[in-house]
Amino acid sequence: MLSTKFTKLSKEEVDRKWWEIGDFFRRNSLWMLMYCTGCCAIELPPAMTSAYDMERLGMGPMATPRQADVLLVTGYLSLKTLRRLIYTYEQMSEPKYVVGIGSCTINGGIYHDSHAVINQLNRYVPVDVYVAGCMPNTEAVMNGFVDLMGLIKTKKANGWKDYHARNEWYMANQKAALGEVKVHDEFHE
Amino acid sequence: MITNILFGVGVAFFGFVLQTSIAGVNRKVVGRVQKRYGPKWYQEFLDIFKLLSKRSVTHGWIFDFGVIMALGGIIGTAMFMPITSDLVAFADFDNFFIFVYLIAVGMLGMAMSASGSGNPLASIGVMRALTTMLAYEVPFMIVVLTIIKLTGTSSVTGIAEFQQLASNNWFMIALPLGGIVGVMSLMGMIGKKPFETYIAPAEIASGPMVEYGGKQLGMLFIMHEITVFIEVSLFVHLFLGGAENVVLFIVKYFLVYTTLNIISSVYGRFKIDQVVLFFYKWPILMAISQAFVAIYLGWVI
Repeated sequence: MLSTKFTKLSKEEVDRKWWEIGDFFRRNSLWMLMYCTGCCAIELPPAMTSAYDMERLGMGPMATPRQADVLLVTGYLSLKTLRRLIYTYEQMSEPKYVVGIGSCTINGGIYHDSHAVINQLNRYVPVDVYVAGCMPNTEAVMNGFVDLMGLIKTKKANGWKDYHARNEWYMANQKAALGEVKVHDEFHE
Repeated sequence: MITNILFGVGVAFFGFVLQTSIAGVNRKVVGRVQKRYGPKWYQEFLDIFKLLSKRSVTHGWIFDFGVIMALGGIIGTAMFMPITSDLVAFADFDNFFIFVYLIAVGMLGMAMSASGSGNPLASIGVMRALTTMLAYEVPFMIVVLTIIKLTGTSSVTGIAEFQQLASNNWFMIALPLGGIVGVMSLMGMIGKKPFETYIAPAEIASGPMVEYGGKQLGMLFIMHEITVFIEVSLFVHLFLGGAENVVLFIVKYFLVYTTLNIISSVYGRFKIDQVVLFFYKWPILMAISQAFVAIYLGWVI
């Protein structure tokens, strides 16, 4: 017979339970910010519209980084766009996740020997889910989102915590690639 | 007194739950219009609670205070809203002009907070929202003043009970032109498609909400749901004869909101000058001719 005696939970236990409740809401309502730099972006319209209907998973596009939970990086990143991507990522409110779509975010893809394109995205911002392919099928993109939901459920989507923990390492990589991370306001300067 | 206040907060909570559920069902309806499956019916609740569970940044105390003022002002307005003719928190205080004045507190709170974020797109959005408000208020007020002249009372339950008498029709039928103006103004009020110029996600990045994320955005979502509840239930009471019981109220509310959503889902978006020109052309003409016909000629169906 189960004990009906009230035992006081420790603070960590209470925090963990609240976090699990929050994770339920977070994984069922993922709002995306699409950073469409490359050709893989063409796979997103069929995923959003009536063919695959992303909204039944609770996902949808959002207008600004402040409102978004997931940052989609679809394709190659030149040095100039990487600077904006870092700005965008740091503006998002936590917990935040990154999905890298296409081979270009994994190892540079067909641009691997270009002087103006970075090769590995997760040296600069932490990536939670990769969708491989050049370009990936729409089914693969949808599967990537379902994988992200599974990772949130099993508490493995910890990229944003890693960005805090190893911030010096990420900053050093960003500095090495870009020289200076600051985006200059050419209009006002 | 204390029971009245508790009852009023209960009305606001009822409005939040009702409008959030119906908005979720309507996302499914719009999905079916676009040949999609659509999200779960409780998706809007998930969105709001997710936003409240996130960490958020602040842009200064005006940014935070404005959000609280907007939510508080809107809850304060919803407390006066009658659900049926008997279910009203503050009897004799459900005057139409109380809603017109009090709803401005919430709107001004949101405008203050959005301007406090310092983003230029937020200022553009607020400016557009106020311009749209200026456009739809004029024809709507002409029609409502006609109704007040015909019924001889400005109490919302009074107007609803006037329409429930056997000798009178609903004002939607009794004043057909005015009813059409009411529908068009309501679409402007709750920000549906041809008139959602001040949100415009692809153009000015969701306007006033551009800098909000996390908890502040969640509170603004709650505020938006209660605002829509106030506006749609005002329409139900003024034009559709109110409701004798709660079930009838929910049915009428659902029909009005779903109709507006279906109309909205097949439209594009007006530019801001087109919104103002549209409202100052046909609706104002129809509203004035309706007032003239109803008051001076006495032709009421």
